[in-house]
Amino acid sequence: MRPRTLLDKIWDDHVVEELEDGTTLLYIDRQLVHEVTSPQAFEGLRLAGRHARRPGAAFAVPDHNVPTLGRDQGITDPVSRLQVETLDANCAAFGITEFAMGDVRQGVVHVMGPEEGITLPGMTIVCGDSHTATHGALGALAFGIGTSEVEHVLATQTILQKKPQAMRVVVTGALGLGLTAKDVILAVIGAIGTAGGTGHAIEFAGPVIDHLSVEGRMTVCNMAIEAGARSGMVAVDPTTLAYVQGRPYAPTVGQWEQAAGAWRTLHSDPGAVFAREYLLDGSRLIPQVTWGTSPEMVTDIRGRVPRLAEARDAAQRAAWDKALAYMGVAEGVAVEDLAVDKVFIGSCTNGRIEDLRAAAAIAQGRRVAGHVQALVVPGSGLVKQQAEAEGLDRIFTAAGFEWRDPGCSMCLAMNADRLEAGERCASTSNRNFEGRQGRGGRTHLVSPPMAAAAAVAGHFVDVRELL
Amino acid sequence: MQPFTPFTAVVAPVDRANVDTDAIIPKQFLKTIQRTGLGIYLFDEWRYADPGEPGKPAAARLPRPDFILNRAPYRRAGILLARANFGCGSSREHAPWALLDFGIRCIIAPSYADIFFNNCFKNGILPVVVDEATIDDLFCRCDPQAATAPMAATVDLAAQRIELADGTVVHFAVDPFRKQCLLAGQDDIALTLTHAGAIAAYEQRRRVEAPWLFADLAG
Repeated sequence: MRPRTLLDKIWDDHVVEELEDGTTLLYIDRQLVHEVTSPQAFEGLRLAGRHARRPGAAFAVPDHNVPTLGRDQGITDPVSRLQVETLDANCAAFGITEFAMGDVRQGVVHVMGPEEGITLPGMTIVCGDSHTATHGALGALAFGIGTSEVEHVLATQTILQKKPQAMRVVVTGALGLGLTAKDVILAVIGAIGTAGGTGHAIEFAGPVIDHLSVEGRMTVCNMAIEAGARSGMVAVDPTTLAYVQGRPYAPTVGQWEQAAGAWRTLHSDPGAVFAREYLLDGSRLIPQVTWGTSPEMVTDIRGRVPRLAEARDAAQRAAWDKALAYMGVAEGVAVEDLAVDKVFIGSCTNGRIEDLRAAAAIAQGRRVAGHVQALVVPGSGLVKQQAEAEGLDRIFTAAGFEWRDPGCSMCLAMNADRLEAGERCASTSNRNFEGRQGRGGRTHLVSPPMAAAAAVAGHFVDVRELL
Repeated sequence: MQPFTPFTAVVAPVDRANVDTDAIIPKQFLKTIQRTGLGIYLFDEWRYADPGEPGKPAAARLPRPDFILNRAPYRRAGILLARANFGCGSSREHAPWALLDFGIRCIIAPSYADIFFNNCFKNGILPVVVDEATIDDLFCRCDPQAATAPMAATVDLAAQRIELADGTVVHFAVDPFRKQCLLAGQDDIALTLTHAGAIAAYEQRRRVEAPWLFADLAG
């Protein structure tokens, strides 16, 4: 048999039917649902008199709109409140399990899924959210879909897809102290560009990925979409199995061995062919910082914002020119000279317990600079609970960080947490697009320790100096 | 979904690469529970000088006169001319909903982000892919400063051709299945449900191979 990629194996296991035109009817094992991209899907089902084919395969959680302060008072914004209440009502009507706002399991959908064992190796997983790529860290095929497809999966438990091409990103060497999964993925995006993975599913491999925890792998896969790839994935290994075992929705004793046996085959075979490959030397990485309005506009903390004269062509020069103007940075300025007004630690990219530990290690015994507002938003209620059990909340608050309730928060500013026009933010989230964190806000993407370092220094600083 | 019939409309050029879905429809408008009514917020931050909020009346807004969709002939644009990697970023279907609600039925660009591309077809919008050189030529021909402005074009999906008012013809390729769905205004779900037998057979087989995936159906 021809050697197969990890993508081939999961894909082949889920083909219901190949249609004449080359489209595949692909079975979906899990659908994750949140309040923003689902109301119109449920409404569509209702108007057509359809039901959810397998409600037990879907799990819902409100995350984008939820407040991170004063939660006992409910959601004050009536428009946000209606959207969350609509999710509650739709889940009740269609028989879907929901971890509602008062539930300790509530959190960012991509933190909740793996944490609960709802995400399992070998699954096909979809969600009306582009960061669904996160779940591929467990050896699953996970991708974001639009609302029409949310409705389609609810009604049929399948999706019409063309198979993506397989791409492999191999990260060699070993990460230096102070370097994280976030630096790896930002460097990859900087190298291949925001459309570098379009049409592909990216498998991340190599010694650096092997040595990452599952949480670190999630950070890497999460931002595959920022390189244009709908899916990021990592082969199953003992680290994966150890992560999954014992989680609430993971297979239990009777089925664990059978499942684990199947999961151990979830890796690309030797000799499997990839349409594209990219190699990154992890040993040479320096902490990454984005300077512009696209994740590919990235440099390192020792670097400078580029000069327009360095652009490769007129189109890039025009894009850089717009980005520099929006970001309020001069060409050629040193990244360390950029002062920050706000710091955001959280999101589906970097809102897990290891992220909070790494940030807290920098915050410990230091103080947030006087002019900086710094937010720590745990990825879920369980992450928050764990952090509090470890005393991380007290480290953060003693250093002057604000300790909030879980949700998407300032990653996309649908709730009250946002940047004001002109404010500059060191953010552990995933997108530095214009207006992403608030109209006129200026976002620089960094790792959690780099964000904590910027908070205490008041400007970007090489976290390795604070270790 | 409306069947996609030939139509003629003004072409609005948006000359920047990597236009993301946060730019097409900012996050505050994603709080809606409806598909319609988003057209007035399309490209909100580029289009208005004041911060937009859901429900803010159009009369209270401060349109930027230099933004293309605020200029008289382009307020009725039905075709958007764009650059590479159009629609990158989030999966929000609110982006094609906003375009459609504004009146855009066709986009012409050298490339698109995957999820956005797919979402267009689900909503009766045709995203046409043409090569960079043709795109450059179209940007010249559709330049709002040109003597021939505003340029109109006729989109004929069945014939897979776009004809500009100046006689320029662009042929394009399109996936046959997606073309058929657009032309017929077909509902994907109804089509997939005709395969219900195959889905049930798959589930039956898979429950034996991988029972842990069907814990919700056990007992």
